[in-house]
Amino acid sequence: MNLLCFGLNHRTAPIEARERFVGHARTEALLRDLGCHEVLLLTTCNRVEIYAAADRSILSEDLVHSLRVDGGSSSKEDLAAFYRMDNADCARHLFRVASGLDSMVVGETEILGQAKRAYEGARASGSAGRLLHRLCQRAFRVAKQVRSKTQVTRGPVSVGSVAVDLAGKIFGDLRGRKVLVLGAGETSEKTLRALASRGVSDLRMSNRTSARAEELADQMEGIAVPFATWLEQCREIDILISSTAAETHLLTPRLLVPVLRDRADRPLFIIDIAVPRDVAPEVNELDGVYLYDIDSLQEIAGESLELRRQQLVVAEAIIDEHVADFQKYLLLADTGTRPISDCPTSVSGTLRTSES
Amino acid sequence: MLIGTAYRLSLMGAFTAPLVFLLQITALILPIDTPRTSEVSPNSWLEFHASISIIAYGAFALACVAGAMYLVQERQLKTHQLRSIFYHLPPLPNLFSAMTRLLWFGFILYSAGLISGFFVSEPLPWTKIALAIVIWVLYGAILQSRYLRWVAPRRVATLCMVAFAVALSLLWSIEFVGHRV
Repeated sequence: MNLLCFGLNHRTAPIEARERFVGHARTEALLRDLGCHEVLLLTTCNRVEIYAAADRSILSEDLVHSLRVDGGSSSKEDLAAFYRMDNADCARHLFRVASGLDSMVVGETEILGQAKRAYEGARASGSAGRLLHRLCQRAFRVAKQVRSKTQVTRGPVSVGSVAVDLAGKIFGDLRGRKVLVLGAGETSEKTLRALASRGVSDLRMSNRTSARAEELADQMEGIAVPFATWLEQCREIDILISSTAAETHLLTPRLLVPVLRDRADRPLFIIDIAVPRDVAPEVNELDGVYLYDIDSLQEIAGESLELRRQQLVVAEAIIDEHVADFQKYLLLADTGTRPISDCPTSVSGTLRTSES
Repeated sequence: MLIGTAYRLSLMGAFTAPLVFLLQITALILPIDTPRTSEVSPNSWLEFHASISIIAYGAFALACVAGAMYLVQERQLKTHQLRSIFYHLPPLPNLFSAMTRLLWFGFILYSAGLISGFFVSEPLPWTKIALAIVIWVLYGAILQSRYLRWVAPRRVATLCMVAFAVALSLLWSIEFVGHRV
């Protein structure tokens, strides 16, 4: 019995190509018709992959056909976007995917949940058998080990996630915190959404064009406040996201000091995304005020990403060990010998330690 | 066990260990803990006074450690230089509330220890009493200024560290005075 991985992802195909392919129940039926004994479909916004176990060779064209949304036949362009891996390479690929090493943002952990849901779905429908069960269980262990033994998932890697992490450090619990967005832009909107996803519920928007503030307020279920009152709002809010097109500083220490007197030691987190900056850098020197401009946020995100890249070598070494081990399992399974253990001594020892 | 409920912070041990190491090394190297025969006859007030004062000093030491953790994190947030330890430290409000609780806890115990000192049968040297009152006033002033919001959390953290350094020096002086008098 051979293991097979066939699919495409964000690196091999643009979204226009990826959206033509999808894995669903019909795909599973088609794959069974092709002679696959076991099938698992992993579909995310960045990848569409088939993991299958079959005792005979299956043509790539047939696999592409089974994945096409419109059920059409495959073209040469379609085939070029796909990759195909067998046995140990297939295992290595799934281990890397589950560990987040193959993701667009290296080390992201959402993919593990998606892989687990895909496996649960396949198990519930009966399309995943003994071999895929072993493969997936091992992939989940590898992902757990990579997460705990390396720093590949450490640190925020986008402006929004940096802002959320910093806000968490400054305020502890973000629930009930008040945010004012000054001006409107894509990055400030993303940052606002990231904060809202962590429980910030009092969202206020202010813009020179009130219609734009009202539009954003409608989208985010917040309230629009007149631009003339934004400084007064600073007495109440906890986080200020500023991204106006002003050519001079809107907020200076001279303006902020009287406001801070009424804040009773409550910290103020200012995220200045505007270029040129809306907030004078000297504001950061005031007690209880934490000012971050777009460069500082991007620098932190960049450092985290670099740290993750450095940790890739360690993560790959862990995966190598598991792939070698899984390869032994495949050989034993192929010869009909029942493996003594799913984990040989060297790896299981590490795993037991990490899981204890 | 008693103080543990007052802070509930992860990584406290990592910051406490160097302080404990420093205190133990100092105790080993400097001749401040030489065995001697007790000049005061043991009684229950003396035992209560000594034990409660030691716990109070423990609370002040932990407040000092929480203050150091607060300042490390605050500094990193202000300078935008986030080191690896940043991601392990508890949020600033948690550290500050632990620091305040430990200060109150230590202050109440220290007050009890100070009062009980007057019930120890032997007469105490006035310098010893005066130095003990200085420490009490110092911590009382920190708590009062915080209660009235005269000082920002960052300054409270700094004061926690300064006050503990002063308290340790005065404790040594108290012992020194106790030996000489």
